[in-house]
Amino acid sequence: MVKEELSTENRPDNTAFTQQRLPAWQPILSAGIIIPGFVLIGLAFIGIGVALLVTSQSIQVMEIDYTGVDQGSPCFKCTDSTVSNCKCEIEFTIDKLFEGPVFFYYGLSNYFQNYRKYGASKDASQLSGDLDYFTSPATECDPYIKDNNDKPIVPCGSIANSMFNDSFVLSRLINGAKEVVPLDGKGISWWTDYNVKYRNPSITPLKNAFNGTVKPINWPRPAYELDTSDPANNGFINQDFLVWMRRAALPNFRKLYRRITEGNYADGLPAGDYSLEITYNYPVLSFDGRKKVVFSNVSWMGGKNEFLGIAYLVIGSLCVIMSIVMLIVYAKFKFPDED
Amino acid sequence: MLLRLFFSSLELERKLRANDREYNLSFRYATNAIKTSKYNFFTFLPLNLFEQFQRIANAYFLFLLVLQVIPQISSLSWFTTVVPLVLVLSVTAAKDATDDIVRMNWDRSAHVSAFSPKGEVRCEPPNNRLDRFTGTLTCSSQKYPLDNEKILLRGCTLRNTEWCFGLVLFGGPETKLMQNCGKSTFKRTSVDRLMNILVLCIFGFLAFMCTILAIGNYLWELNEGSGFTVFLPRLDGNNAGFSAFLTFWSYVIILNTVVPISLYVSVEIIRLGNSFYIDWDRKMYYARNDTPAEARTTTLNEELGQIKYVFSDKTGTLTQNIMTFNKCSINGKSYGTSSDYEHLKKTVDFSFNELADPRFVFHDHSLVEAVKLENPEVQAFFKLLSLCHTVMAEEKKEGELFYLAQSPDEGALVTAARNFGFVFRSRTPDSISIVEMGKQSSYQLLAILDFNNVRKRMSVIVRSPEGKLSLYCKGADTIIYERLHHSCSKLMDVTTEHLNEFAGEGLRTLALAYKDLDEGYFTQWKQRHHEASTCLDNRESKLEQLYEEIEKDLMLLGATAIEDKLQDGVPQTIEQLSKADIKIWVLTGDKQETAENIGYSCNLLREEMNEVFIISGNSLDDVRQELRSGMFLHLKTCWCQHKECSHAYALDHTVELEFLKTACMCKAVICCRVTPLQKAQVVELVKKYKRAVTLAIGDGANDVSMIKAAHIGVGISGQEGMQAVLSSDYSFAQFRFLQRLLLVHGRWSYLRMCKFLRYFFYKNFTFTFVHFWYAFFCGFSAQTVYDEWFITLYNLVYTALPVLGMSLFDQDVNDVWSFQHPQLYVPGQLNLYFSKTAFFKCALHSCYSSLVLFFIPYAAMHSTVRDDGKDVADYQSFAVLTQTCLLFAVTIQLGFEMCYWTAVNTVFVLGSLAMYFAVTFTMYSNGLFLVLPSAFPFMGTARNSLNQPNVWLTVVLTSILCLLPVVTHRFLLMLLSPTINDKVMFKVRKAKATPPPPPRRTRIRRTSSRRSGYAFSHAQGYGDLVTSGRFLRRPVTSRSSGFTNAGRTTTGFSPMGRSAGYSPTGKAQNTKVPDVEVTSLQMYRTITNTTL
Repeated sequence: MVKEELSTENRPDNTAFTQQRLPAWQPILSAGIIIPGFVLIGLAFIGIGVALLVTSQSIQVMEIDYTGVDQGSPCFKCTDSTVSNCKCEIEFTIDKLFEGPVFFYYGLSNYFQNYRKYGASKDASQLSGDLDYFTSPATECDPYIKDNNDKPIVPCGSIANSMFNDSFVLSRLINGAKEVVPLDGKGISWWTDYNVKYRNPSITPLKNAFNGTVKPINWPRPAYELDTSDPANNGFINQDFLVWMRRAALPNFRKLYRRITEGNYADGLPAGDYSLEITYNYPVLSFDGRKKVVFSNVSWMGGKNEFLGIAYLVIGSLCVIMSIVMLIVYAKFKFPDED
Repeated sequence: MLLRLFFSSLELERKLRANDREYNLSFRYATNAIKTSKYNFFTFLPLNLFEQFQRIANAYFLFLLVLQVIPQISSLSWFTTVVPLVLVLSVTAAKDATDDIVRMNWDRSAHVSAFSPKGEVRCEPPNNRLDRFTGTLTCSSQKYPLDNEKILLRGCTLRNTEWCFGLVLFGGPETKLMQNCGKSTFKRTSVDRLMNILVLCIFGFLAFMCTILAIGNYLWELNEGSGFTVFLPRLDGNNAGFSAFLTFWSYVIILNTVVPISLYVSVEIIRLGNSFYIDWDRKMYYARNDTPAEARTTTLNEELGQIKYVFSDKTGTLTQNIMTFNKCSINGKSYGTSSDYEHLKKTVDFSFNELADPRFVFHDHSLVEAVKLENPEVQAFFKLLSLCHTVMAEEKKEGELFYLAQSPDEGALVTAARNFGFVFRSRTPDSISIVEMGKQSSYQLLAILDFNNVRKRMSVIVRSPEGKLSLYCKGADTIIYERLHHSCSKLMDVTTEHLNEFAGEGLRTLALAYKDLDEGYFTQWKQRHHEASTCLDNRESKLEQLYEEIEKDLMLLGATAIEDKLQDGVPQTIEQLSKADIKIWVLTGDKQETAENIGYSCNLLREEMNEVFIISGNSLDDVRQELRSGMFLHLKTCWCQHKECSHAYALDHTVELEFLKTACMCKAVICCRVTPLQKAQVVELVKKYKRAVTLAIGDGANDVSMIKAAHIGVGISGQEGMQAVLSSDYSFAQFRFLQRLLLVHGRWSYLRMCKFLRYFFYKNFTFTFVHFWYAFFCGFSAQTVYDEWFITLYNLVYTALPVLGMSLFDQDVNDVWSFQHPQLYVPGQLNLYFSKTAFFKCALHSCYSSLVLFFIPYAAMHSTVRDDGKDVADYQSFAVLTQTCLLFAVTIQLGFEMCYWTAVNTVFVLGSLAMYFAVTFTMYSNGLFLVLPSAFPFMGTARNSLNQPNVWLTVVLTSILCLLPVVTHRFLLMLLSPTINDKVMFKVRKAKATPPPPPRRTRIRRTSSRRSGYAFSHAQGYGDLVTSGRFLRRPVTSRSSGFTNAGRTTTGFSPMGRSAGYSPTGKAQNTKVPDVEVTSLQMYRTITNTTL
């Protein structure tokens, strides 16, 4: 019989892809991988957990609430909003050397910087120095776009308007005499915020750029007078302003106020008595907020946070326990070998 | 247009004039063109957009977009919705456009050009009755009645005549065939339907979440927000209630990702991809006629993995419709070899016979030797075969014989006789000329005692050239045996043994017998026969009696065995499918014996199924009675079979449920003598009550309605024309490819789709729920957790490719193992992989993951700082941390779900993660910020937070914590209650290499069977036709009468065409059930041209 020459025009291509034969790795849940895997992960986690916990334990933190809710507390007198420029002083003692560099934070509680309308209320273009937005701020700044006289507010918006304006002077009490601890307010904001995100208009003097605008309603002085001593820390690139503008994710937060890195205090705060003089301006009691100052040093894992260490320890132990359970179940049931 | 509508609804009579175009056009009858394309160049955009927005999902996103431009509500920038929406719309539009272009290419119209004398036809309006037609032809002021015999249906082929006059009565959609095609409905998969329900549930759930958050906002505004107005003053009139109302809508926007817009697009892409695999599969490519499998519908793939019922046509689907003379028993000696050993033996050389058919193949040399040795019984045997039949011979060239047989069985028998030296050459109404061993001789044909279903035999009475009178009879063994002369009893026993053997092999058997007649008796009988046949009343029974009288004391010659050739691999396929717990119902127009025979030979019926349950009642009550009694039978091993009109009764709505219950208890169901519409009714019945996924497979136009009715229609693309294929969802050339379509492609598609849906819902729910938890810490202010760019790109860029990769490449075990373990198919039938429960589990899992993903970063970042004392607990850093945790968690989850890591998957997974970092760092770069400060507020965040060890420790912690319970749960589940998949995968791992192909099951011998192998696809009425000479080929001059019968007769006689169910006289074949109207199916099968 003559073999017919068959047409193969429509024959599909014989490739691994079209025939679904691509080489592949086919992992499978087997006891040989899962149980040792759990043990390994467990041990690794316990190791990391211990390291984190030890590190976290070594970090010193001191928190002082100065809201003045209690009648006996030194700042109680300032909680009356009719009193302006109120000052109060809190004394505290450090028992042993507070190792440096020490970071000086202020903390706010029950403060919703993450409220959507609050967080959206700013004008990124204005804050990057674009003069067009000085005269007509973006609508997001609502309700702080313009004042009653229809003059644009610069910097506009709720965040800027609500900038934290308590100030602190830390002194060490040595034999009854106060020695002011030098505070460094320069290196407290992100490099990117200071150098890229926020910029002053390139007009000198800076004041002229703000012609025809008004300062935010809550501010005691306009933006170009935030730090008159240092043009590199003035206007929109004032670091206190930058720190405030980086709004917090959660209602309880702390923000870096100053670093203690200079002079006698470069190695930390020595044991002894200290006094903190607070210029109390910022009202928080209306929404049941709290204000505090925090002194802390840091480690490779950042600030003190025991959660991570504990979580790693717990999960690690769980892994080990589960691996034992699995081993028992495996030994008892095995995998049904028969069909 | 109005007129047209009015007209078509009320058309009572149709009028047409030959060659009067204007007159005919005035009625606006349907033209032969069928238009299916929807758009043109200009209408495309508006029409398509309009259609797309009618889909609820798209409309929903449009609504969201509207919400987002309301500043009071907008919690997300407009681009988070616009970008995905535009992408989805354009992908869908592109798909619609290509589909429409394809349809435009399909739309064709045909031209019928003719010249004929004037004449007018009045006839009934278009309808779907294939068996009925009434009309009148007025020609030269003379009226001629037109009935069903005188019309040609769409797709008929003219045979035995070169041309004919005709007038097109119905065109295009109005043809009887198209009217009978059943409704084309838009098919949706069960996963689709489930998805729609789930989407509705999700909407409800979304509303629920938003309500909770709105209430939360109301309480917050009352307790906290009112005090916070120092820093965030309220506008006048904004009280807590109004704020809560706005918050509700703001959260609708934020949480909209629970109804992911990209879901539908991804589902379409996955189905398209899996359809391409079917098109590309070389193992479903049939080399003999160069036909690849084709997925004609690209939206039903996963349903292929859930089939519970397969409805199969018989002829052309299970069988090739080729009959071969395989074996015979002559005078107690069996000839022919089992087909299993055919290849071992050389084929018999028929060169001694010049007139032999070269295509005829036989393997037993001893038979040809016996013929050559002039063994009288053998010669008589073949002489009988060459004389006793109703075949027509055509001899266009000297020596080139072409037989036109009414049934392929007869054709095979006559061809066998021809090759063994008894060549049937030609016939006239009263003579048959044959060539006996090279010697021309003419037999006088005195009578044909025709075949019918009750007689189950046919006889001829001939006078040999020597003047000897003989009766030759062939028929069912049981019938013939009753009429044998007692002297044959010994031969009978031997022959019975052979018959059993043949029947056991699934061959169709016939017993042959002859009788020499006494001249005097015959003259007298002939006289009585003439009287009876002219008698007006009781003619049938009188003839019957006469036949009975003469057909007795026959001498047994032997028996023939004909093989109804199955398509390759049919028994194996059926066995595989039944192992996969798929129920196979054979629905055939054939009669019971034929269907039963095929049932046995293709392994559908097995010897152990000894309780046959036959529904054959002639009235509704009979059928009901039968069904009721069936209920009490032990039905485990029975098979069920329906015949003829009892079927129509069984489908009556009063008993249909009982019928279904009985049928479903049976191992196998065969429905005989069903019309196309009944086929569809059976399918609908199962669909309606069983809630199971059905598949119908067939090759001819009479399967169209069933193909359209079933969830999945499969067309066999073969010689039978394109009608079935055109209305099918999948098509391929061989029945055996069905197992690959279901067990491999279907199973994988279902697996992939379910994995996709589970994962997709998981990743979106997880993504969304984090917002929900965050709401409790941000004053329910609809503050998003993530960066808006991340929200925009999460579904489109960061997680799209890995899950697509999984859904296009994943396979738990490869195809060889899938065949090895057909049970792997069962979970699909039970809807195990994606159901409401599975969805609920997904949601719970997401809930857990989202809790981890929110609270771990929350606790880890709580009042912590960077390693240089600066801020890291700010909103932006928190967003970057959470979104990084989320992306890692869902990607790792995907990796865990994936069983089949190809290089592509690895690239997709790792690439998407890399893409995330690349895009994130780009979006947060100085350059982009300087261009558009307000669009990229996250500038610098990634750099400042992702360099922190505690950020990464948090990422690792959340990823592991999300994964651990899943792994533990699955591992323990696998140990404690392993699924079939687990077991097979375990086995595969043990075997490492692919196993050898499953051993081919050898043909089962049923030697113990006492079953009659009688089956003959012959129809009554041909005897009359042959003797009347009515259909003998006329010279071209006698055109007028050629017209009357051209369509029917000729098609019926084609050796390829099917004869089952067709009778030339229009009479029912079974006198018991005179009303059955299965007739005329035949001619719709030989469709060569779909346009006429």
